Amino acid sequence: MYAYTDFDSNFVTARNAQFRAQVERRIDGSLTEDEFKPLRLMNGLYLQLHAYMLRVAIPYGTLNSAQMHKLADIADKWDKGYGHFTTRQNIQYNWAELRDVPDMLDALAEVDMHAIQTSGNTIRNVTADHFAGAAADEIADPRPVAELIRQWSTDHPEFQFLPRKFKVAVSGAAHDRAVLRAHDIGLQIVERDGARGYRVIVGGGLGRTPMIGKVLYDFVASEDLLPTLEAIVSVYNLLGRRDNKYKARIKITVHENGIEDIRARVDARYALIRPQFTGVDQQMLARIEADFALPVFKQAPLEAYDAAYAVDPVFRAWADTNLHDHRTEGYAIVSISLKAHGATPGDATSAQMREMAVLASEYGHDELRVSHEQNVILPHVHRSDLPALHARLKAVGLGTANIGLISDIIACPGMDYCALATARSIPIAQEIATRFDDLKLEHDIGPLKIKISGCINACGHHHVGHIGILGLDRAGVENYQITLGGDGTEDAAIGERAGPGFSADEIIPAIERIVLAYLDLRREKAETFLQTYRRLGLAPFKAALYPEAKADAA
Amino acid sequence: MPKSFQPSVITANDLLKGDVVYLRGDAWVRDLTQAEVLTDEADADIRLLEAAARVAEVVGVYLAPVDTADGIQTTHFREAFRASGPSNYAHGKREHA
Repeated sequence: MYAYTDFDSNFVTARNAQFRAQVERRIDGSLTEDEFKPLRLMNGLYLQLHAYMLRVAIPYGTLNSAQMHKLADIADKWDKGYGHFTTRQNIQYNWAELRDVPDMLDALAEVDMHAIQTSGNTIRNVTADHFAGAAADEIADPRPVAELIRQWSTDHPEFQFLPRKFKVAVSGAAHDRAVLRAHDIGLQIVERDGARGYRVIVGGGLGRTPMIGKVLYDFVASEDLLPTLEAIVSVYNLLGRRDNKYKARIKITVHENGIEDIRARVDARYALIRPQFTGVDQQMLARIEADFALPVFKQAPLEAYDAAYAVDPVFRAWADTNLHDHRTEGYAIVSISLKAHGATPGDATSAQMREMAVLASEYGHDELRVSHEQNVILPHVHRSDLPALHARLKAVGLGTANIGLISDIIACPGMDYCALATARSIPIAQEIATRFDDLKLEHDIGPLKIKISGCINACGHHHVGHIGILGLDRAGVENYQITLGGDGTEDAAIGERAGPGFSADEIIPAIERIVLAYLDLRREKAETFLQTYRRLGLAPFKAALYPEAKADAA
Repeated sequence: MPKSFQPSVITANDLLKGDVVYLRGDAWVRDLTQAEVLTDEADADIRLLEAAARVAEVVGVYLAPVDTADGIQTTHFREAFRASGPSNYAHGKREHA
């Protein structure tokens, strides 16, 4: 994977020294909060409900074991012994103290990490398919180009004060695991006539006004990608609305001006700036690609795996849900669930982080990934090592067999931590997971994505949840709205609002009614919740959700 | 008729630690039950201005309405969470609860 050059190290070191001085000036009173706030946000430091929160970028979700060890050390030394993995493949520390943050950033720099541009109206951490470099269905690893985009966008002088934040995601497979169509720019690696290029999707986003991204270009050649991106962001920088925060994202710019108008403007801008790109970026990309060379995979007999699968039902359940096909025979992609029933989605203790790091170095070619679904991935594990790996995971509470199931819930921090939240998310996720674990229905229900946001900003991706839950403040009481039929994949769809919201006490039984209705309505066990919803539409689920309305109508 | 003034406390986040604090006299306290309740609007306005000027101690100073029928009770769930800490772990204000 990518290792910092001297340039990168010097840049991060200088930036950390600069921020350390800014913190000192804030503490000694030389800087007011109004002056300090934009500076701390540029370095990932928020002031939340109960404490400061430091958001650390995990570029395209990739970590090595040394980095994961360092994240654990930071959690122990300066936080409360845990970290929260987010829907943008970042990690957040919820209890940082202002004086300690410069030391935390220096510790991160020791392992080539930082918190730059994890906030503010800049190009944020570039995310990628969490199975990148391992997935069987991939055309090419999206991480080298994601790293190129990170280098291009970091401290880009033209793009430090955009109308609003700007999020880019990249995938190398036709099956979209990176929610490309809900990003300001989504890039899909494609091939045409044997040449590699990118499908460029713009103007997707969730939040207050959810939009599915539109295809700006079906194919952009590799060497034309950076000038294309620069042209898009440049057009947005001028055209994007600065008069209204709620209309400032590029999704509104695209919606208001139309994709043809945007394309014409981008084409014109591109023609102007293209000569400035002399091919240096392609030389850099070639060097970065070398850093992402695949590990040397081993060959080993599979008897141990087959035997464990045959005799151990707990291992079998885990293998059936938590493994995905690897590009190399004999290997599997392992998803480690951070969603133990009743636990906080996305949280890992320092002990768990350390064990994941150790397991990555022992069994996983030293690689880990963080998914936007708030789990950790070991992308390269030989199947012969899986029984031993599973036993070790189980021992530290990481053996939950629920990837893609109803308890594998995305939840934002909500009003338990976030200053923007209008309701809590975490307890709702905990209660749903616990309830369906008690019912022992989870595996019978099959693939079902529940996503919960504690405010309209939709960090919990509720719009693209098969079942989405949005927590609001209705007249001083927490109220939860349900959307159904959302989808974050290549068939992206925004969920439909089911009807009036539910109180915190009513929301768990409401979810249960939807799921039980699905079990009655599906044609066969293989028909998933989403397929059933697409076949039948909202009506039968609405009837189950609001039985009193049905009684009134009768 | 002008709306009557709801008794309030002055609250903020501590500059260094970031945790929720309340004003009591000249001091910042951590516990809502120890906060000073302001009942006069003109007095509250002046105290708020004075508190907001203490920029080397706190961030984001504002008046939070409270009920005083039975001790000091918050009137909105957001303030209740600020006063009591997160619901998922015994951290922050829950460490000492």
